[in-house]
Amino acid sequence: MKKLMLGNEAVARGAYEAGVTVATAYPGTPSTEITENIAKYDDIYSEWSPNEKVALEVAIGASIAGSRAICSMKHVGLNVAADPLFTVSYTGVNGGLVIMVADDPGMHSSQNEQDSRFYARASNTPMIEPADSQECKDFVKEAFEISEKFDTPVLVRLTTRIAHSQSIVELGEKVEYSLKEYKKDFNKYVMMPAMARKRHVEVEKRMSKLREFSDNTSINRIEWGNKAIGVITSGAAYQYAKEALGDNASYLKIGMVYPLPEKLIREFAKEVDKLYVVEELEPFIENQVRKMGINVTGKEIFPVIGELSAHIIREKILGKTTDVNKVSSGEIPGRPPVLCPGCPHRGMFYVLKKLKLTVTGDIGCYTLGALPPTESMDTCICMGASIGMALGMEKARGKDFSKKTVAVIGESTFIHSGITGLIDVVYNKGNSTVIILDNSTTGMTGHQDNPTTGRTIKGEPTKQVDLVKLANAVGVDRVKVVDPFNIKEFEKVLKEELQAEEPSVIISQRPCALLKSVKYEGVLRINNEKCRICRRCMSIGCPAIVDKGEYIEINEALCNGCELCTKVCNFNAIEKAGV
Amino acid sequence: MEALNIMIVGVGGQGTLLASRVLGNVALKKSYDVKVSEVHGMSQRGGSVVTYVKMGEKIHSPLVEKGEADIILAFELLEALRWIEYLKKDGKILINTQRIDPMPVIAGKAKYPESILEKIGVAFENVITIDALGIAKECGNIKAVNMVLIGLMAKYTNIEKDIWIEAMKETVPAKFLDVNLKAFEEGYSS
Repeated sequence: MKKLMLGNEAVARGAYEAGVTVATAYPGTPSTEITENIAKYDDIYSEWSPNEKVALEVAIGASIAGSRAICSMKHVGLNVAADPLFTVSYTGVNGGLVIMVADDPGMHSSQNEQDSRFYARASNTPMIEPADSQECKDFVKEAFEISEKFDTPVLVRLTTRIAHSQSIVELGEKVEYSLKEYKKDFNKYVMMPAMARKRHVEVEKRMSKLREFSDNTSINRIEWGNKAIGVITSGAAYQYAKEALGDNASYLKIGMVYPLPEKLIREFAKEVDKLYVVEELEPFIENQVRKMGINVTGKEIFPVIGELSAHIIREKILGKTTDVNKVSSGEIPGRPPVLCPGCPHRGMFYVLKKLKLTVTGDIGCYTLGALPPTESMDTCICMGASIGMALGMEKARGKDFSKKTVAVIGESTFIHSGITGLIDVVYNKGNSTVIILDNSTTGMTGHQDNPTTGRTIKGEPTKQVDLVKLANAVGVDRVKVVDPFNIKEFEKVLKEELQAEEPSVIISQRPCALLKSVKYEGVLRINNEKCRICRRCMSIGCPAIVDKGEYIEINEALCNGCELCTKVCNFNAIEKAGV
Repeated sequence: MEALNIMIVGVGGQGTLLASRVLGNVALKKSYDVKVSEVHGMSQRGGSVVTYVKMGEKIHSPLVEKGEADIILAFELLEALRWIEYLKKDGKILINTQRIDPMPVIAGKAKYPESILEKIGVAFENVITIDALGIAKECGNIKAVNMVLIGLMAKYTNIEKDIWIEAMKETVPAKFLDVNLKAFEEGYSS
């Protein structure tokens, strides 16, 4: 049966067909849909883990216990999970273990464009890279075979254009996989120095076998065309190269990006007149090919920044450009993403801006609060960073600075890696004020449940982390829960907590406006007789409120009736439409 | 068949993703090779969004690049202008005349460009406009803008109408199917 599938959905199908029974992840674009789709298979246990490190640890446990396990994350998530990765490379596996990592060249939805292939080399873990949805499914199945055959975890790397492109997949049968026997074996699974030294030897032996495997596996293949141009490539870059060069070139399409098939590369290089490596981001393949003593052209003509495209490749290799009809468009205003109409964060940002605070920010929808018109976020580094950074600012600039500084972090991000920062504030006698934005969901990645929502990935009810008790338990005595749409109360509480010379936590609690359970009644409109065009309503930065110059208008196609704007209007000029 | 490159451009939240999925299913039903490239995450949230649908004998790159689109389906005026150079010289652009101000315009930091249709008309011959929002409203749901536009586009391809309707039935959630089918018909017969 043929089906049109997103790369991520095809990965999920591959995991199912491979007989996986445990799947873990922390959501992160562009990897999220892998585990969302796995959760639809009843015979696979799946979970949203609190963070990627825990996700990988659960998957490692499942693997050692004898089942096939898959763990998925975005590229920066692998930084969080790097600690277990480097050591599970030593222990190896029992049931197959596959780690999905989705890179984001071009940073469609990320804070950096790191190239995760280097993790494969640094941790001595084989890595394979599919180039379309069919390969996503097939390579994941193959990854489980490699994992068990070579006693190793296997990394499978996607990029945004593979993860988020749909293409046709021929579905296969689910393999019969029975739980492997679990045997206590401290020489293999307890990594203390004496055992780890022995395991490192095994790792090196394994890598040498994998190098041989790479030369013989069908996931690395040569497609002969015109031999004047030879292209070594993988993943999305392969598709761009084929589009750009067609039969004018020959291709060595790499499926196993680490370890590389050295013999195959040498054979290919010998046959072609001019050899190129076409890869996105860093010269990962190119540098290894150069190290083999092979002359190759790569990053001296291709960018290391952003995504590649067929046009870039065609222009750099063939010197051809596409004729484009020019339009004298004048200045085209950008359309950056914005907080949605009805977003609970908007009330908070209104207050933060009003009080002119220094705001250490974090990763989530609320990062958008850094952009105009709210412009009230000073920093965004990584998941959980806001709290430690607020403490750092206080330690650098003193108590008075801390009274004008606040850390802002979403509830899912707080669970992910904000808790340890909060403990640091308490333990090291900071005065930081932390706002936890509790909107009852993981918003930016598209509404996943998390340990504070009271539901599992499959929607089953479960225990709910009590953020108030949690803050109390780590030693924060001042914890307040406030509705961010109650602007006056929010401002009052925030001022008090900033002044307090001890740590405080404010839980800004209101559900995401896009949740099905949230219902605001009726759209709003401006009563032009009452409106004085003071533009105070504009300061909340709602995309539904439009400045028409001579009057203010509410866009009824966008307004969801949340009424936040009515709370900042001094003239009662905003009312329900149709009243 | 000749490869068909389609771009769907609009504003996050307008339903461009569902429209591209209908197109993907149309291609599958015609047994063409197809790729649909979507955007998720930060790119949504009211931001400028673009999805690519390519169908033909064999599709490699999932992206449509400048000067390559046979059809651009623009859900919003300004987005039509933003992506216009992606249209082939003899390509068609179908434009929903709806205007959604981006935040820099709302905040008074930029101006919404004037006479967008005229500017596009100078460089391209095949410009078709429609008030999809008005039609969707008449059909009973302003969110059906996407299917009005799909209907309009169906008219300009060589693919049978039945195939489009079948693809919609498989893609659109059941409870919204009736209003969406109505919207499709209105777009198709406009």
